[in-house]
Amino acid sequence: MARLQVETVINGEPREFLCDANQSMLDVLRDELGLTGTKEGCGTGDCGACSVLVDDRLVCACLMLGVEASGKNIETIEGIAGDEGLHPLQRQFLENAALQCGICTPGFIVASKALLAKHPNPDEETIRYWLAGNLCRCTGYDKIVRAVQDAAAEMSHPA
Amino acid sequence: MESYAYAAPGSVSETVALLAQNASEGRQTQILAGGTDVLVQMRSSGHTPRAIVDIKTLAETNRLEVSADGIYIGAAVPSAVINEHPLLQTALPGLLEAADLIGSTQIQGRATICGNLCNASPAGDSIPAMIAAGAVCDIATPTGTREVAVEDFVVGVGRNALAPGEFLLGLKLAMPNAETKDAYLRFTPRTEMDIAVAGVGVSLTVIGGQCTNARVAIGAVAPTAMLVPEAAQALVGTDLNGDALHRAGEACKSAASPISDKRGTAEYRKKVVAVLCRRAVALAHQRIQGA
Repeated sequence: MARLQVETVINGEPREFLCDANQSMLDVLRDELGLTGTKEGCGTGDCGACSVLVDDRLVCACLMLGVEASGKNIETIEGIAGDEGLHPLQRQFLENAALQCGICTPGFIVASKALLAKHPNPDEETIRYWLAGNLCRCTGYDKIVRAVQDAAAEMSHPA
Repeated sequence: MESYAYAAPGSVSETVALLAQNASEGRQTQILAGGTDVLVQMRSSGHTPRAIVDIKTLAETNRLEVSADGIYIGAAVPSAVINEHPLLQTALPGLLEAADLIGSTQIQGRATICGNLCNASPAGDSIPAMIAAGAVCDIATPTGTREVAVEDFVVGVGRNALAPGEFLLGLKLAMPNAETKDAYLRFTPRTEMDIAVAGVGVSLTVIGGQCTNARVAIGAVAPTAMLVPEAAQALVGTDLNGDALHRAGEACKSAASPISDKRGTAEYRKKVVAVLCRRAVALAHQRIQGA
């Protein structure tokens, strides 16, 4: 089967890749482009480990075909940190010890970034509902919620 | 060995031509909108490779129009987009709360209510809400378009009324007046990320304290979501008192033919669907009074 050629933008950079018609965006990121920060958990859209932004919309990369990236703007965990260093969310996840094994963390950070873009100062309930599609089997979520709240505070009142 | 193919046609005529061509060549076609069901199905064992036809690049399927003349929700419009629409929030709060119950933030960024309808799961949350709201399917056919009421679109578990060569363009709804509101309630053991044990969609019109029109639909308690005219009849002409609500709930219970599974026994589901009916009617009524 002929592979399909796709032109897209990933983390602000124009990228071209070849993929199979049934290959997921997650597999393209990890296996074709070497962007292994996006993790595979369930592969069926239940766990959120593969969360990425597509035209600023939060989606599971496992539920999108690679070919559907054509003409889109994709942002992955690799694009979250700026030139000046870690994003406040990344820093606050570290400060709050909001991770243990770390497999779910890229997905939580991408999902939390989308949350803060829409709700800059979310209450705990908003955070928990927004992140209901991200599963963490280590932390029990409390530290994650606190990290997101602290990042929100930091972003609205930079030190 | 058949292999997967992918196409994103640029027009409706190109799409129906491609569907016809695939059919004439004996190829299975899979229409792709949000993909949140399709990609999971593609990963399951026993799924056979097929020609994927992506309808997200069509102008028609991306239509989202809300005006006094009517409402159109294109087949490629994700739940997150309709849920953010301020006019829809006022016009069809019940349909939106059903869409908002389906999956996580990530799922809602891709999933479409038209896909929920085509997937035709007995527990699809948006389907009873669409039926209650009186939505009509706008279907592209090889010779033009045809319309089918949502309650007639799902014909069995996982089966819809689309003939080979057809696909769903979108949903048409009337703009509800100020005296008309809808509501959708479902029961799940968890508050989020779960599949309905039972669900009820209701749309009511109340003028001068009297219910003049009602549509009640039940989900997850029969092979397909279905309209329950007997429940509507119990409400119309009343002031929505406790007795009317009770009779509407009993009508839902009688109409239900649920299965017993890990989510609940048939007996439990019948009891729950009656309770949900009463509560959904009360909620829609409250919304009319609050408007």
